[in-house]
Amino acid sequence: MSLSALTRTARALANHAQPPELRDEKFLRGIIDRVLRLAKSHRIPETEIEVDEVVDTLTRFANNTIHQNVAERSLTVSIRAVVEGRTARVSTNRLDQDSLATALEDAAFLAASQPRDPHLLPLPGRHRYRRLRRFSPVTANLSADERARAVKQACDLAERKGQVAAGIFSSGQNQTVLGNSRGLLASYRQTHAAFSVTMQHGAAASWAKANAADVRRLNPLGLAKTASEKAERAQNPAELEPGKFTVILEPAAVLDLVGFLFYDFAATAVHDKRSCLSGRVGKRLFGKNVSITDDAYHPEQLGAPFDGEGVPRERVLLVHRGVVEQLVYSRRSAKRAHTKPTGHGFALPNEYGEAPMNLVVAGGNTPLEGMIASTDRGLLVTRLWYIREVDPYEKIMTGMTRDGLFLIERGKITRAARNFRFNQSILEMLRNVESLGPAHRSSGEEMFEMVVPPMKVRNFHFSEVTKF
Amino acid sequence: MWDYCANSLDVARLRGANYADVRLMHMRQRNLTTKNRQVGTLGQTESIGLGIRVIVNGAWGFASTDQLTREGVAACAAQAVTIARASALAKKVAVRLVPEATYVDSWQGPCLKDPFEIPLEAQLNLLLAADAALGRVKGVTLSETDMQFRKIDSWFASSAGSKIHQRRVISGCGLVATSFKNDAIQKRSYPNSFGGQHILGGYELIESLDLLKHAPQIAEESVALHSALQCPVKIGTIILGGSQLGLQIHESVGHPIELDRVLGQEANFAGTSFLTLNQLHHLRYASPIVNVVADARSEHGPGLGTFAYDDEGVPAQCIDIIKDGQFSGYLSSRETAALIGLHRSGGTMRTEGWNRLPMIRMTNVSLRPGPWTFENLLADTDDAILMETNRSWSIDDRRYQFQFSTEIGWEIKGGKKACMLKNPSYSGITTEFWNSCDAICGAGHWVLWGTPNCGKGQPMQSMGTGHGASPARFRNVKIGSAFSGK
Repeated sequence: MSLSALTRTARALANHAQPPELRDEKFLRGIIDRVLRLAKSHRIPETEIEVDEVVDTLTRFANNTIHQNVAERSLTVSIRAVVEGRTARVSTNRLDQDSLATALEDAAFLAASQPRDPHLLPLPGRHRYRRLRRFSPVTANLSADERARAVKQACDLAERKGQVAAGIFSSGQNQTVLGNSRGLLASYRQTHAAFSVTMQHGAAASWAKANAADVRRLNPLGLAKTASEKAERAQNPAELEPGKFTVILEPAAVLDLVGFLFYDFAATAVHDKRSCLSGRVGKRLFGKNVSITDDAYHPEQLGAPFDGEGVPRERVLLVHRGVVEQLVYSRRSAKRAHTKPTGHGFALPNEYGEAPMNLVVAGGNTPLEGMIASTDRGLLVTRLWYIREVDPYEKIMTGMTRDGLFLIERGKITRAARNFRFNQSILEMLRNVESLGPAHRSSGEEMFEMVVPPMKVRNFHFSEVTKF
Repeated sequence: MWDYCANSLDVARLRGANYADVRLMHMRQRNLTTKNRQVGTLGQTESIGLGIRVIVNGAWGFASTDQLTREGVAACAAQAVTIARASALAKKVAVRLVPEATYVDSWQGPCLKDPFEIPLEAQLNLLLAADAALGRVKGVTLSETDMQFRKIDSWFASSAGSKIHQRRVISGCGLVATSFKNDAIQKRSYPNSFGGQHILGGYELIESLDLLKHAPQIAEESVALHSALQCPVKIGTIILGGSQLGLQIHESVGHPIELDRVLGQEANFAGTSFLTLNQLHHLRYASPIVNVVADARSEHGPGLGTFAYDDEGVPAQCIDIIKDGQFSGYLSSRETAALIGLHRSGGTMRTEGWNRLPMIRMTNVSLRPGPWTFENLLADTDDAILMETNRSWSIDDRRYQFQFSTEIGWEIKGGKKACMLKNPSYSGITTEFWNSCDAICGAGHWVLWGTPNCGKGQPMQSMGTGHGASPARFRNVKIGSAFSGK
């Protein structure tokens, strides 16, 4: 490239302070139409096409400075062919006609290369969807400068306090258009923003995070102040003997732990006997104060109003006053169970079936302060870390406390405690809930966002203590 | 491909970048799974795009795009520069990189049989036959198999003049038998859990695994576990099978030696490390028989951490991590090497794909083999528990305290396998554990295990790492605490 051509190119470039915009939905629909026409000309009986576009940005900071700062733009076309009771999927991000034709041919070839699946259903037809407004132009247009300025405020706060800040400020937008050869057409777009901050005070640290569709609902400096104050209190932790404690789990700790339970609510998992709910549906498994719903339409939720096949998501009452009421169903698992699909299926083909992804755990009216005040001896848990399943049927999980574990004595936080390892059954934990706070959209670092309350739980089992 | 790389570097330079590097990557993947004698997942993905990393005013910016046109890559480069200028708003110290020579090279990883050229029917027939062999055993309630193949071409270019093309083919395969009975779910996997074994190589891996031979045994073990004794809670001796020891190395050696963690750059998410800079060459990490290297070179073997150059253009190297028990080295990048006064990067910057920033990742972090045969090791052990095939893993955010459980255990009494144990687990503090190692099996038992799904970074990146290990014995270990609360 000559210097003059380079100069012209560079001058012609728009102001890149703001992220690129999503394409018009018509463009994505146009890709679907192109593939459907190709499928017709290739005599492929049934075809499903999903087009996903992502424009994401993320500013990352540590040691009170920005050390990583990234932007991503991508568009993926995912094609599923159905050929005589067989199906397969091929995805590509090449949009030219030859590449789309190749992807379609490959999908048909893969489909035809396998034995017939007697339980494969024909593609679903048209559906009507509830309209969800989860796109914030302010969030979509958030610039790298705006993120940097917010990060600098958090870093400046850390420096004033003699602390070290680390975290992320991300924002982005994405859209999905799903169509098939039976006329189904579903579309959805949303924005999202998240601010997560860790404040390190000497050897101690604490953390705060929030996530929303609209960046104006985030308060980065407020989160930084919360983490800063807790980091200050987290210094000089006492080493306590492991054992069973009354714990007050902040919402992040609740969702990162309880989130591991929800794949078990898939009808396919129960059918496969890999779920902890095998033989337990309809039984009282938890305390009467535990009720859980999957609700994609809750005002604090994000996500599309349809599933991987384009079936509208339904609000499903999973647990009512401790009783396991309902599972979620894809079309296939619903047919096997002689019931209706709930709109929770994953894109086909897959072996997992479905899962609830918009969880709302019913809250109570005991604020966190009230839980602390009513606790004679216990621990306040900010967040949990590295949670893994130890026993799949009793749902025993292990993991660590992290970024602020505080001892409560006679109704007050008296000091910080060294982090513990827990080995705790989630089923038992949800039988031991003493009180619940108000439920709000909350964020952790290990599980997707949920609407979840803080919980006070008795007899939470800590098995070992670490060095800090 | 090189034109797009050159265009983006030119635009970055013209808009003020002092340094830039670009990765154009073409990634193809095929996934096959079966469940209960039917095909589960059958799919392919293809993704191509470009990511450019720039330094402007002493600060980093990165942008990526799948719009491979002259305008698309120019806009991407311009966006990276704009982002870097924003980074400079909260800059403390200008980024400095240790020097590195420039290279013009092309390299292809080992691959005897291209898995994308093997007939799909043959791949599916093998998986379905193995699945059927699992399901034939009475008591198996869920049988699953999987194969995964990836082919990654990357074109790296830097403003300093490097131009490196690399092709890596990755293959993976595994079987799982699950048995639900009464109030328990037991599971056995072959050759490893969570997707099986993965290597840098082709279909020769699948052929070497002999799935049909091993399927009945793991299926029978999954059922037999229901009647096995519960692993006791005690302090005692354990022998870890190679794949479990590979994960132990990954979590308690591989992660804490990442310099970005040590320097606080991962404090918000992946965590930090107990291996502070003052520990280098001073900490007695392990017993004197323990030697660990981070080796990305081909001669180490076809691991998921094998390459010719890392993703900032630094040649693959072998670094001593633990030498005769002494802590001897970190995983580093050009930037972190400069921060701690090293003269050269260790060459461990790796990216998941074209749309992600390279970051410090494990290469092949491996335990050197010892002198023992497995038979002699067992014969030398009076009372121990042999633990095989990982079931769960967890470690604190500074990598001190860990807990692992495995799918199966065997009580060792008087130098022999006495009986099967269910729900085995062990836990400890990293340095105490490694200092309790008193026997390591030899090269004949050494396998370079692949961990295909190591998560790190924000946005999250999944990376394959290699861990060579042979069975080893550890004394005075806390056993069984995962189930101690029941």
